[in-house]
Amino acid sequence: MIPGRGLALGTTMMIVAAIVIVPLGALVLSLNGITPAGFFAAAFSGEALAAFRLSFGTAIVASAIDVLAGAAIAVVLVRYPSPAMRVLDALVDVPFALPPAVTGITLATLYGPHGWVGSWLAQHGIAIAYTPAGIVLALAFVGMPFVVRTVQPVIATLPREFAQAAASLGATPFTILRRITFPLVAPAFLTGFALALARTLGEYGSVIFIAGNMPGKTEIVPLIIVTRLEQYDFSGAAAVALISLMVSFVMLLAINALQRRMLDARSAA
Amino acid sequence: MTAIGVRAAHSPPGRTAPATAQLRLPDRLAIAGVAVLLGFFVFLPLCSIVYEALRAGWPAAAATFADPNARSAIALTGLTAAVTVAVNGAFGVLAGWTLTKYRFPGKALLLAIIDLPLTVSPVVAGLALLLCFGTNSPLGAWFAQHGWKIAFAPPGIILATIFVTFPYVARETIALMGETGRELEEAALGLGASLWQTFSRVTFPRARWAILNGLLLCNARALGEFGAVSVISGNIRGLTDTVPLHIDILYNEDNLVGAFTLAGALALLVIVLTLVRSLIEARHQSNTNRETRR
Repeated sequence: MIPGRGLALGTTMMIVAAIVIVPLGALVLSLNGITPAGFFAAAFSGEALAAFRLSFGTAIVASAIDVLAGAAIAVVLVRYPSPAMRVLDALVDVPFALPPAVTGITLATLYGPHGWVGSWLAQHGIAIAYTPAGIVLALAFVGMPFVVRTVQPVIATLPREFAQAAASLGATPFTILRRITFPLVAPAFLTGFALALARTLGEYGSVIFIAGNMPGKTEIVPLIIVTRLEQYDFSGAAAVALISLMVSFVMLLAINALQRRMLDARSAA
Repeated sequence: MTAIGVRAAHSPPGRTAPATAQLRLPDRLAIAGVAVLLGFFVFLPLCSIVYEALRAGWPAAAATFADPNARSAIALTGLTAAVTVAVNGAFGVLAGWTLTKYRFPGKALLLAIIDLPLTVSPVVAGLALLLCFGTNSPLGAWFAQHGWKIAFAPPGIILATIFVTFPYVARETIALMGETGRELEEAALGLGASLWQTFSRVTFPRARWAILNGLLLCNARALGEFGAVSVISGNIRGLTDTVPLHIDILYNEDNLVGAFTLAGALALLVIVLTLVRSLIEARHQSNTNRETRR
């Protein structure tokens, strides 16, 4: 038994309450004055519903792209260690390190109509900036490190014995991939997907510059909150924020459950 | 040792491909593919920051830092990051100790609440603080009566940054202090050490790299925080303007040289912090490997 539990626990809980619980509680309490009908009208208005559809849709597509790209990046980083590969390994952390506003203005300029990539695409009739494709691009950029860094250690420590045993028993490479490798890495991919999704669902700074922000078309959920705030529609903003907060809490619980499963799968292997 | 070297050392023999000279065509294609992918999606944007910042020459870029509004933004960002790192560092160490050295009911829930800021949208965090400390709220009114302005003022910006980066140090310390268990502390206490001696001589030295790691990450995120700060700040130039908010203002004024100069400086700073962090992580990992092998 280590003494000091009461003091340590009390202080920890007081800080958690002051920093996290009181502000989020204030958000919930601010909706005290409005009726359930008013809440639903604000949280699920046509514009808000379009924003939810856009945010979920683009975040899911971007996270799926991250899973595919992240798998390729992680496998190559693990399989071919060399001094040159350290540069690629460091590049993986860049989207995580870059401040959202820096990412936002950089991607908007690069893929905008006058940018290096955007002007070339425009010649071929493709527009990325100010369309949902631009939102997906920014979100995929932001979410990529989450998938790579979750999957990488699992691939690096993948036990070979099972695959070798299966091969010696006559399994084809495809069967080994499907029956042995995939079940071992799937929890890590799912966790990486969930981490990327949780991060991209609420992403603001890196998206708004490239999104164009047209209501109903390229207006993401965090932006509708800011827009309503600028119109002094506090309860309207809080209603959408409460739904967003509930989604983040559910995502957090899902991620915790997935991470526990991933660790169980690793220790079982 | 580097991060990759450590990972290679972890993996069983035969896992990694032979040396570069003996790579077959499919191996080379896979490496080239990933290099092109990362080069195009990550390295090209970095290059474009430098290009946009310097396209009008060095003097134009340097002039960005002469603007008093930019200087006050840099000062406020520095202050915000310093306070945030101090508060979240102290909390992180305390939370690491509390959550790994004691048994108590509801630990999983407390952990989840500490992690919550990681998944909450920064805009939602900013709005929550605005509703909590705005002049219309009871708490904000109470602070205003006592001469404290929080929303639309530096204290609000600092609170928002603390909220957004709250879990980073705590996650590192909880992971590391949990790994080392309670036996060492119990042995120290059994031998007559005081609680403070146990913490400062047994727990803290083993956790210091994890703490430093968390502080670097917290600092990097604090320097760049945008969404939460933008909601709570009210964007008052020269007063509640941080570097990321100032980048936004310059960009919207079509002052691309100014925006990208500040963006480049900020990006360089956080990338250096991140590189230092991964070097420490690699060194720390190889240390623990050595210890477990003993």
